[in-house]
Amino acid sequence: MKNRLDKGIVCWGCESTAHTFSCSVLKSDGRILSDVKSIYTPPPGSGIHPREASRHHIEVAPKVVKQSLIQAGLNMKEVDAIAFSAGPGLGPCLRVGATVSRALALYYDKPLVPVNHAIGHIELAIMLTGAKDPVVLLVSGGHTMITAFSLGRWRVFGETLDLTVGQLLDQFGREIGFSSPSGQRIEELAKKSSKYISLPYTVKGNDVSFSGILTTAKKLFKEGKDLDSLCFSIQETAFAMLAEVTERALAFTEKKEVLLAGGVAANKRLQEMLMEVSNRHDAKFFVVPKEYSGDCGAQIAWTGLLAHSANISVDIEKSFVRQSWRLDKVDVKWRD
Amino acid sequence: MERLIRKGAEADIYLGEWFRKEAILKIRKPKPYRQSELDVEIRKKRTLHEASFLMDARKAGVSTPLIYFIDQNKAEIVMQYIKGVRLKEMISDRKMGNIDALCSEVGRCIARLHKNNIIHGDLTTSNFLVVKNRLVFIDFGLAFFSQRLEDMAVDLHLMKGVLQSAHIEVADEAFNKILEGYAEIAGMNMIKDLVRKIKEIERRGRYARVE
Repeated sequence: MKNRLDKGIVCWGCESTAHTFSCSVLKSDGRILSDVKSIYTPPPGSGIHPREASRHHIEVAPKVVKQSLIQAGLNMKEVDAIAFSAGPGLGPCLRVGATVSRALALYYDKPLVPVNHAIGHIELAIMLTGAKDPVVLLVSGGHTMITAFSLGRWRVFGETLDLTVGQLLDQFGREIGFSSPSGQRIEELAKKSSKYISLPYTVKGNDVSFSGILTTAKKLFKEGKDLDSLCFSIQETAFAMLAEVTERALAFTEKKEVLLAGGVAANKRLQEMLMEVSNRHDAKFFVVPKEYSGDCGAQIAWTGLLAHSANISVDIEKSFVRQSWRLDKVDVKWRD
Repeated sequence: MERLIRKGAEADIYLGEWFRKEAILKIRKPKPYRQSELDVEIRKKRTLHEASFLMDARKAGVSTPLIYFIDQNKAEIVMQYIKGVRLKEMISDRKMGNIDALCSEVGRCIARLHKNNIIHGDLTTSNFLVVKNRLVFIDFGLAFFSQRLEDMAVDLHLMKGVLQSAHIEVADEAFNKILEGYAEIAGMNMIKDLVRKIKEIERRGRYARVE
């Protein structure tokens, strides 16, 4: 990355793509001055309802915004740019963060910087781990992608053809009465078993498909198969598929770094598998720290800061949110 | 003695000898991170597939290495050594010039496979060897038989994805040449159907917007 970051710049960022409403203040030396979040939790057995989630965001927004500034020890006047998650995500949720950010940018007369949420995950993970030119496995409720940077954009080497791995875990979790996100609870149950039940392993070239695992696992659960073993087997099958496609991208690109990012990156078993993949190809393995693996304001504030340093901003009247905004459509001007 | 010449994602490739001839030994080694049942199943299946599809592709008129020996239990294949350059390197080293011609030939070969209901399953630029101006297809571990337009389109979609992720500077031109070559063998109607299907598949991508 070019060293064009002015030392003293401060960026305030707001994340609101799905269940998390979070605001953060970050400095250009990478210090996270605050990262305050409030997460909407749906009732057990159901998933995120976009309307309910956005209602939650509206309710908590004033408190989270205020807290992010108090913790950072700054007031909004001292901030150089205001960044918001402009997509991809759930429309009603995105609009809350965008509305809050637009209002602040207008009132305080600050540049408004739109940030792609997926790129936010990757940029923050790179900053925190010190990775330079990695093959990235981005795994969350919204994404399952293998990507690497080349000629101005993040290029997608492989991705899911249906569900994300986060959805796989959440939707199975829902079936057994957990509330989303349920990856952590599934991981705990999986630790209690080592009995492998065969589930559909679907790798198509560099892409993966998880729908077969979900359907089969739900069916086996209804038939009374042991829950711990099912959780174990879902993880083993799905993660092995992810490890395989990551390995394919690594062998193909011959890059020397692997970076695991996104909410599901917190899973220890997935980390273990990718560590092995990296070792086999003499690549360094990086994983985003757990506290910043899930959605957070810091990913938006940091990427907003990078974008701001490359003179990216948007006029208020054109600052639409984009529910569909793939990371490979974003020109990344701050990265060489 | 065998010498490791490439560590692929799936297999290790050694150069050695088979009855005093240079030969490739391809071993799908166990992956410790995978459950052993799953691992054994995947490695055995892909080894067997690879061997049989290398022959089927040859019958369809696409050059592939000759197979000398298979050991399914060890997931090993001994095959002809092809002294060539991967298309991937030809493109990235900008040994352009005949890239267009090679891409048309890639298209023709894919069409021949599809005409015989062979889906390669792993069409990447590292799986085409260029020997002089001839193309040799390798790595049929993910191949399968299908008559469905969907599967053929997925095959080409993968090819397009590889070009766009790894060879963006030539991606559009190269993919068009591939389609042109494909059309020579399969006809314009087939290409129209395929292009439509590829768009449909792209639209299924997450957060995708395809006009």
